[in-house]
Amino acid sequence: MDNNDTTITILYFASLGEDLACTEEQLSLPTINMTIQELIILLSRRGEHWAKRLSNTTLHCAVNHAICDRKKTLKAGDEVAFFPPVTGG
Amino acid sequence: MIKVQHNDFDHAHEYTALQHRGISGAIVTFTGLVRDFANSSTDNDSFELQHYPGMTEKILNDIEVRAREQWPLQKVSIIHRVGILAAGDRIVFVGVSSQHRHDAFAAAEFIMDMLKTEAPFWKKEGSRWVEEKASDQQSANRWRQK
Repeated sequence: MDNNDTTITILYFASLGEDLACTEEQLSLPTINMTIQELIILLSRRGEHWAKRLSNTTLHCAVNHAICDRKKTLKAGDEVAFFPPVTGG
Repeated sequence: MIKVQHNDFDHAHEYTALQHRGISGAIVTFTGLVRDFANSSTDNDSFELQHYPGMTEKILNDIEVRAREQWPLQKVSIIHRVGILAAGDRIVFVGVSSQHRHDAFAAAEFIMDMLKTEAPFWKKEGSRWVEEKASDQQSANRWRQK
């Protein structure tokens, strides 16, 4: 494994992905042990649209298929997902 | 058994699969259908179910494990469709077999209540994304308080 690889995958589902016009992207983590909350702050710098959508407190996040809170720290290779409350069944 | 699939399922086939020689007692099944939303304010009658491949199956498996921890169950079957559907189509099947009816009824209801609040599926009716319902959270919280 390349020790310099800092890439994570970010997925945006349902209405969130539509609103952001982005369903998936690769991102290079600027710092080690970045938290989800810090990632949100970073993504929010893209503009008011991103800031507004990602600041919604009803938004859920998951890392590697496990629901987590915004304090979760990230590492290279992680798959992060942001999504609205689920509506299956 | 967990299945997330585009194809329709056959209730009779799934019910038969829950039966097993030697099982005595109870079989409870639930089927959820796409509601008729055409009379609401949506602009068209298309219906779509999105999901998070990989996490969806993991969460449904976890729900089955939690059901089995609380009730003595024999077979559990959870099937959830994804993709483009139409009003009246089958969306979800939950089937449970057990020795006693109380366990089968309770486990089936638990599985559905958890699925509706935890499994990463999202419904879109026409151009409108369906929003979560407070009543679904209340139903799920009932189990969590026990």
